[in-house]
Amino acid sequence: MPETRDILIKNGRLIDPASLTDKKADVLLSGGKVAKIGSRLPAVHGAEVIDAAGKIVCPGLIDMHVHCRQPGHEEEETIATASAAAVAGGFATIVAMPNTHPVLDNEAAIEYVIRLAKQAGLARVLPAGAITKGREGKELAEMGSMLSAGAVAFTDDGDGVASSSVMQRALQYAGMFKATIMQHCQDPDLGSKGVMNSGAVAVRLGLAGVPAVSEEIMLQRDLSLLAHAGGRYHVQHVSTAGSVRMIRAAKARGLAVTAEATPHHLLLTEAACSSYDPNYKMAPPLRTVEDVQAVREGVADGAIDSVATDHAPHAAEEKELEFALAPNGIIALECALGLYVKALLETGLMNWPALIARMTSGPAAALGKSLGSLAVGATADVTIIDPEMRYTVDIASWRSKSRNCPYNGWPLTAKAVCTIVEGQVKYRATAG
Amino acid sequence: MSTPRASAKNQQRPVNITGTTALEGFVWTRRHLLGLDDLSSQEILAILDTAESFREVSTRSIKKVPALRGKVVANLFFEDSTRTRMSFTLAASRLSADVLEFSAKGSSVAKGETLRDTARNIEAMGVDTMVIRHSQSGAPHLLAQCLKTSVVNAGDGQHEHPTQGLLDIFTIRQRLGSIAGKRVAIVGDIAHSRVARSNIFGLRKLGAEVVCVGPPTLVPGAMRTLGAEICHSLDEVLPHVDVINMLRIQFERIGSNLFPSVREYARLYGLNAERLAKARPDVLVMHPGPINRGLELTSDVADGKNSAILQQVANGLAIRMAVLFLVNQGSQA
Amino acid sequence: MEELLNQEQVQRALDDLYQAVASHLPAKAPLAIIGIRTRGEIIAQRLGARLAERFGGQIDHGVLDITFYRDDLARRKGAPLVRATEIDFDLDDKLVLLVDDVLHTGRSVRAAIAAIMDFGRPRAIRLAVLIDRGGRELPIAADFVGRRLDVPDALRVQVNLTEADGKDAVFLIKGKRSS
Repeated sequence: MPETRDILIKNGRLIDPASLTDKKADVLLSGGKVAKIGSRLPAVHGAEVIDAAGKIVCPGLIDMHVHCRQPGHEEEETIATASAAAVAGGFATIVAMPNTHPVLDNEAAIEYVIRLAKQAGLARVLPAGAITKGREGKELAEMGSMLSAGAVAFTDDGDGVASSSVMQRALQYAGMFKATIMQHCQDPDLGSKGVMNSGAVAVRLGLAGVPAVSEEIMLQRDLSLLAHAGGRYHVQHVSTAGSVRMIRAAKARGLAVTAEATPHHLLLTEAACSSYDPNYKMAPPLRTVEDVQAVREGVADGAIDSVATDHAPHAAEEKELEFALAPNGIIALECALGLYVKALLETGLMNWPALIARMTSGPAAALGKSLGSLAVGATADVTIIDPEMRYTVDIASWRSKSRNCPYNGWPLTAKAVCTIVEGQVKYRATAG
Repeated sequence: MSTPRASAKNQQRPVNITGTTALEGFVWTRRHLLGLDDLSSQEILAILDTAESFREVSTRSIKKVPALRGKVVANLFFEDSTRTRMSFTLAASRLSADVLEFSAKGSSVAKGETLRDTARNIEAMGVDTMVIRHSQSGAPHLLAQCLKTSVVNAGDGQHEHPTQGLLDIFTIRQRLGSIAGKRVAIVGDIAHSRVARSNIFGLRKLGAEVVCVGPPTLVPGAMRTLGAEICHSLDEVLPHVDVINMLRIQFERIGSNLFPSVREYARLYGLNAERLAKARPDVLVMHPGPINRGLELTSDVADGKNSAILQQVANGLAIRMAVLFLVNQGSQA
Repeated sequence: MEELLNQEQVQRALDDLYQAVASHLPAKAPLAIIGIRTRGEIIAQRLGARLAERFGGQIDHGVLDITFYRDDLARRKGAPLVRATEIDFDLDDKLVLLVDDVLHTGRSVRAAIAAIMDFGRPRAIRLAVLIDRGGRELPIAADFVGRRLDVPDALRVQVNLTEADGKDAVFLIKGKRSS
């Protein structure tokens, strides 16, 4: 690897929520670290100078919920294409979900992902390991070994851990390592045949529903377990108003709970399913207007600490099936920032520093990683955002291998123009 | 519960109801019939009135008209259905169309070919209209998006069965003279019934009141959002309705805890002569068939004077002729 | 829109048509008068009333909607409302008097003949029209004509009748031909 050239980012608006910074400042990156921060930093010999006038300079964005599909479904996405999509969306770090084929439930699988990520050399890819072997919800996977191989947290994402005793032990065991258990809250029994939110729209369309309580009873159980077993618990893709209330109350009680919200649960409702377009089929499903509003408010007031895409690539032929037979999920890495701005900033609920916190310090804290800050000495992950850039989502131009995305043609504002990972420029927007 | 109203006995419908001011200048433009939820009341009336003309065709010595001569209608049935398929086939034949029959039990995915591919292959044979029956809600909508042919929904999952809804409404109009202001009870597994949905959508648009009857496991509260009332007691509803539409019990639901046993269901929601005596003397008894005799209906009720069951079947033919004729004239996407 | 015939002239054409029909009808043959919807139906009613007065006896009345038999269905965009055909009597061995308002290309008459044949086997079919405007595309001729007009192909002849339109009159209209 060539010696990293120093980078001097000048004239930007530096927003670093971790240090409560929001000021005009220059940043010097050197040796993969943040070397200096200050106003009018002098030129450094040999350093590349990036003029960030009118732009936001912030810690490299983190997306803690990405399906890279590798190993097993390389026709849909690979570590390399997901990394490319990530840096183009402004994400310096992504967390790779373990529901691959085979499942990331052992040391070797974790090492494999890390090796592929190094080869790709774009975003920092942190693999999450499975909580249970084969994601079967029965026996704990070797979390200690996976952690030593580089796993960042644990989840059976795609399914919730149904067994209360398994969940209790997972919290206890992972807690020993201070590792976070991330849960996809969905009772496997209640609404097991459901393909969209239970309610008026499902009744009209004749589609089986997944009720909000299906998410809430598992969350409620987990919070009770957390109170007794201890550990660190993270709620993935919060979708209901009831969940937001429970998380807020649990935090007030001092439980070690964090949570994330996806762009689709911040922007879309069950009404979108009316055309039977599988691009609106998700797990958890799109809910009601009231749920969307509650999730937005949860992100705004900090009950939900992170936003994450749940980027879920699927091959075109799979998403062209009958609604109930099509797989869940959509992709969003390359337009996520604009979607968050639309849902949270343009609605007046948040400001830029707060939103950046949900994409940097929030997920870093949930994962227990020392990322997501721009203090001197921190890892030189930087994202430069043009907050005024208007563009139209054009999925044809995306780096992801898949195209299952309902946002095509949406007009959005704000885009990452430069993504720097460990002091190296990994993405730079081309003019126009 | 609303108060009982006077029976509509005296309102005899004129023989020729066409040319009513409601349809003055109306032109049918739809290329697909996916569900009654999508249709306006005018469009529903246009189908009913066109069906009226086709009912007459069935009385001729030559029961066939050349309206769709040279056209091809493909019946794609991914679910077993004898009577709906036969009715569509005969309807297409009476319009002089050629009929292609395709059936594949179970899901198309199991065979390794997607629904989209199957349909596009059949379309390539030069099909003008695709009639589809499928176990998945929304399957006809998928075809309407990817095919150039007209698509007619012959029943999709638990969503809609529009021609059944239309023939039920047609039968009610024929027997009671009008739809507006009538009170119709639909009894049984409303939650999982495409027949119920199409009836509710169509009847509500034409101004009828609909009350869904069954246990809360089969009649969820969300049905109210479709404009229907809900009642869990058949006995309570019986004296106040003009029509009782008894849905078929789906035996595959037994064991999913929607109701404890067939015997208990029949006891609470089955229609027998004793129960029928509580209804108005001229109440219309309907059933989409096939009947589980002794369960939803006892034989004396199914074959009695209040029953419109065979009339429903006969009317189904006229409705399907009207639908095939109209979608073939439609131009709109 | 130009008025070709006024109320009086329409009346005269109808008289002529009636005279032509009456003088040629065999006395005792069972007669069925079938009008093509909508204006042909009205003319058929008027003719039928006068024929009944003169001949007495049994005359059956029917109405035919030829939509299902048209040869241009595939070319049309959107479906007009189909109205019921009402022929509730036996056609076999009857003399059928088929009545329409305007005879132009002959395609409507062809469709009507095809439709009548599906109801039974009449002894003969005779055609009576109020206006023969020329412009035939099929080898079809009327047996009885109220008035012959020579109208260019691009123009349309519209017959208004009191029962449907409030007043009897015949107009010449620019624009597409209707059939």
